Amino acid sequence: MGYVAIKGGGRAIRGAEAALEALRTAEGDTGTPLSLSTIENQLRLLTSRIVSEGGLYHPRLAALAVKQMQGDTLEAAFALRAYRSTKPRLLEAPIQDSGKMRLIRRISSAFKDIPGGQMLGPTNDYALRLMRLDLANESPESFRDVARHFMANTPETDLPDCFPKVVDALRAEGLLPALNGPAGTPFDITRDPLVFPVARSAALATMARAETGSLLAIAYSNMRGYGDVHPTIAELRVGYLPIMLPHPVTGEPIEAGEVLMTECEVVAMYEGTDTDGPPVFTLGYGACFGHNEVKAIAMAILDRALQKGMRDGPRNPSEDPEFVLLHVDGVDSMGFASHYKMPHYVTFQSDMDRLRTTQAKAAQCAQESQPRRQGENA
Amino acid sequence: MNPNYELPLDEADYSFGFLDEFAKREVRRTILKAIAIPGYQTPYASREMPMGRGFGTGGLQLTLSLIGQDDTLKVIDQGSDDSVNAVNLRHFVELTCPGVDTTERTSEATLIQSRHRIPEVELSESQVLILQVPYPDPLVVIEPSEAKRKVMHGEGDYSRLLTKLYEDIVQFDEITISHRYPTRINGHYVIDPSPIPRYDIPRLHRSKALVLLGAGREKKIYAVPPYTVAAPLAFDDVPFRTEDFSDEHGARRTCGRCGADDSFLDELIADDGSKVWQCSDSDYCNQRLAEPSHEVSA
Repeated sequence: MGYVAIKGGGRAIRGAEAALEALRTAEGDTGTPLSLSTIENQLRLLTSRIVSEGGLYHPRLAALAVKQMQGDTLEAAFALRAYRSTKPRLLEAPIQDSGKMRLIRRISSAFKDIPGGQMLGPTNDYALRLMRLDLANESPESFRDVARHFMANTPETDLPDCFPKVVDALRAEGLLPALNGPAGTPFDITRDPLVFPVARSAALATMARAETGSLLAIAYSNMRGYGDVHPTIAELRVGYLPIMLPHPVTGEPIEAGEVLMTECEVVAMYEGTDTDGPPVFTLGYGACFGHNEVKAIAMAILDRALQKGMRDGPRNPSEDPEFVLLHVDGVDSMGFASHYKMPHYVTFQSDMDRLRTTQAKAAQCAQESQPRRQGENA
Repeated sequence: MNPNYELPLDEADYSFGFLDEFAKREVRRTILKAIAIPGYQTPYASREMPMGRGFGTGGLQLTLSLIGQDDTLKVIDQGSDDSVNAVNLRHFVELTCPGVDTTERTSEATLIQSRHRIPEVELSESQVLILQVPYPDPLVVIEPSEAKRKVMHGEGDYSRLLTKLYEDIVQFDEITISHRYPTRINGHYVIDPSPIPRYDIPRLHRSKALVLLGAGREKKIYAVPPYTVAAPLAFDDVPFRTEDFSDEHGARRTCGRCGADDSFLDELIADDGSKVWQCSDSDYCNQRLAEPSHEVSA
């Protein structure tokens, strides 16, 4: 009899690769390979999600990851993260001012009239989710016409480059506590593991590259009753943030590029007066690479919940830093769920040994007590 | 993004050992600390590797940080060199560490990365065993909070773990922990020795080889340095017991292939529905078959 245990692994892997590649190209003769630019632009929210969860702002590589992983967001973000592991960190960016964002969209649900005005921008929020059947067989001509007409019909305006932040107005009015300046060096989750208790900056960094669905699920639990943040969105903004880095020679800050990002600030009330001085609103902050509004909102709510948990002790899962921060990473959770597909022959053998031993003992025990009971009855 | 931007495809080559040099140095520093405090779960940043968290990324980071061109690597999973995951990991090291030799022979290897087993033959001082770890903390079964567990470890407070073992005895007349058996290292820290069977625990005790344990997802590295005391938790009147391979008549089962009666056996269902047993350590089995003195069983 041959050696039937786990043999032929190498051949199996090569076969699996070939089968996967065959499915990717299954359209056959009628197929056209996706270009990276098509993915980056036409599936821009998908690309956004990948740069955000991958923790690396590289939309073109994110598009490649989407193509390679056949649209699996967890896998695509994972590939981008792994790529990141091969790159040394060249410098630490100074703190960037999100007030300098070149906005494509900003809203506030707290105030009707905010300094600089509301700007709805590109959003599905008020659109009817009806199937647009005209997109099913879109011609390249009509596709190209859309952008041409949009630009042609947009009047030149003298809109400013950036807009003031709503929370600054709240601070000026004394509704939010004054800023204390940066609380020490920000924690770098790519260079230090989380050892609890962790700084708020570590929590924010962890959530900024967290898996969107995981973050949303835990934030939703807080909104529904396993928590009490009751947030109001002071401001949600989406736009391009100029990245200022020190010039390698002069050290002067220069604009090295820009990243598309989403930022959300929620205000919420503390229960009772548990702050020093007069009662004020408290702030929850969310921000991530790309255009990911739901993620930024969920993150802001969780930031507020975690601050409460860090201060008073967690009363709900969403207020527990360990619970939230160790379970929202897509690479970690997806990897571990997948690993159960690997062989566990040895551990299962060990499990069976324990079960059989305890079963035998239970049977023996039952046998021994049987005659005695019969004797008692007689 | 700039529409004229082209991906720099010629820069896509990976450096030796995949990770950048700073990352490897960080892992080596963590290893030194782990060796200096036997059994202590030393936190480290843990980079994302190009295979799933849970597939041995902790072990792989240890391997890649330690491996040099004069090393010979063996990778096993469930004791076998040819299981899918072992092949995958070995292939990755061959791809990213040009010049490194790989082997299936336990005795030839300088580095052995393993999942779920310690090889049958005794390792030597010149070898390093790297175990892949899914759950680094043995206290996780009784305390979910890592912050609290850290305090318990620091104080050597394993009373709740011992209570769990005691409750097992009360309920089942037997300790029911099958693998990942909590083991005290050097008289202080209790470790999760990774999902090796209880059968392999005695091999940790005063092992000549350095044993390194890496948990990538949980971001911990810990070590059983050479010749260190490793004692599985037990009671004076309820000793630690390894897996029982005796048949219904009380005789030790043997490997159906090489006839070994001193190895950890995998239980297999043959084509005719009957049960057969085989060495889980494929190299051990192959070496026994290759011995000239070996009598081929009918």
